Amino acid sequence: MAVYKRTYKTYSGPRTVPWSRFLILTRYSYSRLFQSKFIVLFLSACLFYPVGCLGFIYFSHNQELLALLSLGSAKFPAVDGRFFYTFCKIQGTLAYLLVALVGPGLISPDLANGAFPLYFSRPFSRTEYVAGKMALLVFLLSLITWVPGLVLYSVQGGLEGWDWTRDNLWLGGAIFFGLLLWIVILSLIALACSAWVKWKIAAGALVLAIFFAGAGFGAAVNNVLRTQYGGLISLNKIIYTIWGGLFRYDLGAELSLGQAWFVLALTCAICVWLLAKRIRPIEVIK
Amino acid sequence: MRFGRREILKELSIALGGRTVGLLGPNGAGKSTLIQTLLGFCPVASGTARIFGHDIRRELNKIRPLVGYMPENDSFIANMSAVSFVRMMGELSGLPAGVALERAHEVLFYVGLGEARYRQLGTYSLGMKQLAKLAQALVHGPRLLILDEPTNGLDPAARQRMVRLIREMKDAGEMHILLCSHLLRDVEDTCEEVLILKQGRIVHYSNLEEERRANKHFVEIETAGDDAGLAEELAGLGCSCKATGAGRFRMVLPDGFELREIYRVAARRDLQLRRLSHRRDTLEDIFLKAMEEAHGSL
Repeated sequence: MAVYKRTYKTYSGPRTVPWSRFLILTRYSYSRLFQSKFIVLFLSACLFYPVGCLGFIYFSHNQELLALLSLGSAKFPAVDGRFFYTFCKIQGTLAYLLVALVGPGLISPDLANGAFPLYFSRPFSRTEYVAGKMALLVFLLSLITWVPGLVLYSVQGGLEGWDWTRDNLWLGGAIFFGLLLWIVILSLIALACSAWVKWKIAAGALVLAIFFAGAGFGAAVNNVLRTQYGGLISLNKIIYTIWGGLFRYDLGAELSLGQAWFVLALTCAICVWLLAKRIRPIEVIK
Repeated sequence: MRFGRREILKELSIALGGRTVGLLGPNGAGKSTLIQTLLGFCPVASGTARIFGHDIRRELNKIRPLVGYMPENDSFIANMSAVSFVRMMGELSGLPAGVALERAHEVLFYVGLGEARYRQLGTYSLGMKQLAKLAQALVHGPRLLILDEPTNGLDPAARQRMVRLIREMKDAGEMHILLCSHLLRDVEDTCEEVLILKQGRIVHYSNLEEERRANKHFVEIETAGDDAGLAEELAGLGCSCKATGAGRFRMVLPDGFELREIYRVAARRDLQLRRLSHRRDTLEDIFLKAMEEAHGSL
């Protein structure tokens, strides 16, 4: 065991660059997160569908194997906008469940234990704090969303050839941008819930409620008032509308793209405002 | 400094340069608010302050690496071991990861949590949590350590240990300490200077070291017998002497004056010297006097 002299000395050595310090929070949060076996298992399970898709793309291009399996004349669905739209829907749902598991535990323990003065009495700002916590969700969700999405796109491009890749370059952009947008929305909502609800389980329930209750209430509004504007409070419908636009896949959507973008921007703004109100070094009680 | 329309700190103007400065005042005097303002937690409505020459309104990023802060309330991360917690706080202050780990171990040994450093902070007693808070404030080697009620909720033994640590840090002479407390004893035991606040204003500033030195020059004696002419004779030796009645005298001694001169004079005059004492204004006296002067009553 190391023996340390009981003494105190000042520090005058080199210091790290300020811009990179938000990643310290991400690193520590990661190490605590992966202590949970359930999270590791869930994260692994989230990769089953992309692996299945990878197998599908591979088999659909391997004529020799198909002939061997007597499936040479089988008609496989095309790997196009609709294929990747479905991929986004499935992986997006899994990302949402993962956020409901991980997100609430990010800020609420700091809030419950009064840790903010410790963070903000250092050369570390509120923006860096939120960025550090958000980076954890962004990295984690990227692992199961746009990263495997782009892998599928690359494999498909590799098997189809350069012409397909060039003609469908927009698909790669749609996968990356569409899923990153979803990640940002999910992360902001999870962080805002975590910042306002000190009890982790209640914060998790709130994240789930925002989506389920929003969808349910939106459907009820549509049925009762015989309108389509109920979709504006259903975040699922909003993101599906945006993905439909990005993947050039006509959903026959209730909402216009402009409406969907507006609600999404408004949701982001509300979450940022909630975070700014709550994440402060001291709590002012009026 | 304001909270809404309410002015919390007002007309504060002072320069502090002592190694250890005590911030005293009754509850609600604005002690913690002053600290939080210096740390940039509360916006300043007018005026400014400087820490090591850096303006708190414009140069907080230069100030914060120089400051270690131990907050008054419970502040920790429950599901973390003490060593990880202190290391993370060191890294957030700008220490490289390896250095932060080494210093986290050192500082936890220094505050007396060496054996418990791998335990989860959530399992610590109140006294241990206070020490962990002190460790995180020290890990990056600050030039100014701000301690907000460091002995709050501690049992006598833990309080003694905390006061001893503060005194050791003061004696090491490597940092300045600003100690905020409503416990006069803690401040008296550790501080060189005292700033007393009441209702957001400075009501008294005192240099305890000078006060202690000055107290040695004040002597009170009580005599029995014929003391006529004693005051004049002592004045002839350079003392400023005043009879207060019933054989009692108050004197201010000049530098280098030896007390045995008083005994000699008394012996020559065949006076009984029943009592000789130095004046000793305790911090409590200073505090109570400051409170009375501020508003005429407590």
